Amino acid sequence: MSFISEYISEKNKNNEKVLSVFLTAGFPEIKNFSELAINILNAGADMLEIGFPFSDPLADGPVIQHSSLAALNNGINLNNVFQYIKEIRRKTDKPLIMMGYANPVLSFGINNFVKQAKESGANGLIIPDVPIEEYDNFFDKSFDGLDIILLITPTTSNKRIKLIDEKSNGFVYCVSVSGTTGITNQNMNGTIQFLQNTYSSVEKNRMLVGFGISNENDARNFAPFCDGVIVGSAIIKSLINDNSDYDKTLELIKKLKGAVRKN
Amino acid sequence: MSALIDYTQPDINGKFGKYGGKFVPETLITPLKELEETYFQLINDKSFNEELDRLNKEYSGRPTPLTFADGLTKYYNKAKIYLKREDLCHTGAHKINNALGQILLAKKLGKKRIIAETGAGQHGVATATVCAKFGLKCFVYMGEVDIERQSLNVFRMKLLGAEVIPVSSGSRTLKDATNEAIRDWVTNISDTHYIIGSVVGPHPYPMLVRNFQSIIGLEAKEQIQKAEGRFPDYIVACVGGGSNAIGIFYPFINSGVKLIGVEAAGLGITTNKHCATLTLGREGIFQGMKTYLLQNDEGQVSEVHSISAGLDYPGVGPEHSFLKDEIIADFYSVTDDEAIKATELLSRKEGIIPALESAHAIAYLEYLMPKTSNDEIVIVNVSGRGDKDLNTIKNSLGY
Repeated sequence: MSFISEYISEKNKNNEKVLSVFLTAGFPEIKNFSELAINILNAGADMLEIGFPFSDPLADGPVIQHSSLAALNNGINLNNVFQYIKEIRRKTDKPLIMMGYANPVLSFGINNFVKQAKESGANGLIIPDVPIEEYDNFFDKSFDGLDIILLITPTTSNKRIKLIDEKSNGFVYCVSVSGTTGITNQNMNGTIQFLQNTYSSVEKNRMLVGFGISNENDARNFAPFCDGVIVGSAIIKSLINDNSDYDKTLELIKKLKGAVRKN
Repeated sequence: MSALIDYTQPDINGKFGKYGGKFVPETLITPLKELEETYFQLINDKSFNEELDRLNKEYSGRPTPLTFADGLTKYYNKAKIYLKREDLCHTGAHKINNALGQILLAKKLGKKRIIAETGAGQHGVATATVCAKFGLKCFVYMGEVDIERQSLNVFRMKLLGAEVIPVSSGSRTLKDATNEAIRDWVTNISDTHYIIGSVVGPHPYPMLVRNFQSIIGLEAKEQIQKAEGRFPDYIVACVGGGSNAIGIFYPFINSGVKLIGVEAAGLGITTNKHCATLTLGREGIFQGMKTYLLQNDEGQVSEVHSISAGLDYPGVGPEHSFLKDEIIADFYSVTDDEAIKATELLSRKEGIIPALESAHAIAYLEYLMPKTSNDEIVIVNVSGRGDKDLNTIKNSLGY
């Protein structure tokens, strides 16, 4: 059984949904990034998705495009990201997931990437531009022990949901609205209906919902129809506007966690 | 006696050998599948083919001529040179061949809104044109750098009723315009069709754009048979994404003709200001496809340069990557300066002002012609005309 999956299940037993927070590695600052990550976990985040930057993030909206570019301009590469994960792992037992695009992984060498990821203490991996069509070509046996988390979107057919659920480990990432990261939800009723349907179709895995969750209200609305929520752009946006202690961002994390704690 | 009997790329998964595929976010999988299914339905549909044929003839002005370039032939005094005249297509380049095919697809798919990316503006103009003709809304993403250097085409698109959306991210050129178009598509898939302008992106685009463009090669085949009673020895075409090249190459694959793709070497391949992807790139995953890619050691996509906005792209169509690895085609590069000289040469010797993209193919003749003999035949694909580039050419030549 996957560690991530067990961790989520354990939380869910207490009638609690998990809060997963996305951060871009090395953003806003290279220097205190690990410390920021730990503070975010301590403020209530149950897991972290640590984004490794790519020059052409085509699934991302302007906010994460900005953080990715800033991280690249800060000189962040995969070796730095593994180092961060090692540092964070020393101070937490919570799930750590890596998220980024296929090309930096391919360029780093897939086997080498997996080895380093596991050694640094990462538990899972999300690569949004490797759908199940490319799964077998990209993820070979060496990935055992690192959960590959796949995405479901409003355009995914029921038949595909089953396939994705089958192939995914750790959890399935349900994208609440078709679009890039940072998109706002225009049709809450339609979204809830989609989440309900998907939640009942996903059998093997826990299901977390991301995209379109920008505040505690969104988190509260979605929580009944999933096992946890993922917040990315809203956090990055908050970090951009925050002071050097990131007090407002940590406050936002507390509120988001509060919204999904009891359902 | 179709040469294509032996050549069946891509496979059902959209792979050209190890290249191509569908490296896209999950949201796009369903629309790509719909597109593929609709495409296969339509190409077997008589009325679709008749309509496309009619539009190609009556609207685009096809077939485009194969012109014997006697001035250029005399100049080199080696093989006979023929020019495939895509510059004479309606809108001034081969891009209309694909835009017409895809607008019929979009109609069949019931889409109301069309998006496109453009570099030189030729694909943007072609898309704006077919949208005007078929009454669909058109939005064209274009990098700010390209908007500046291809201002005439920006105006053409606007005149045709399209909205040109400036792209300020990244290098502000074709690759960034493509990223933005993909982001738009992910967000608006229910009513939007994305008309990709080259043989790039996820399957089925590289295949279907090639097939719509292969009319260039099919015509050339017939025309050269009629003129010379045989196939040429060489076919030369410029390669950015590679749609005009694959369009003329494809019907000649495995027929004994040497296929030569010419990339943009920009300021030179020893500088970092070029976009000679097949010459200097390595395998990568980019904009939905696995293909040769110009990238740094960490897998970040390089900022590239060419004087020609249409070639200014760090990737290349996955089929070209396959053709290179399998040595079915050969790829070389020429610099900005060589392209400018070739523009002047073709203008003076033939009275044809080529687009800067096409000028790269002409420029390669400097290397190729000395190796040919008088009984050989070369066809160069003149993919577009140079009107859009006059300012750039004027600044480069200084008169």
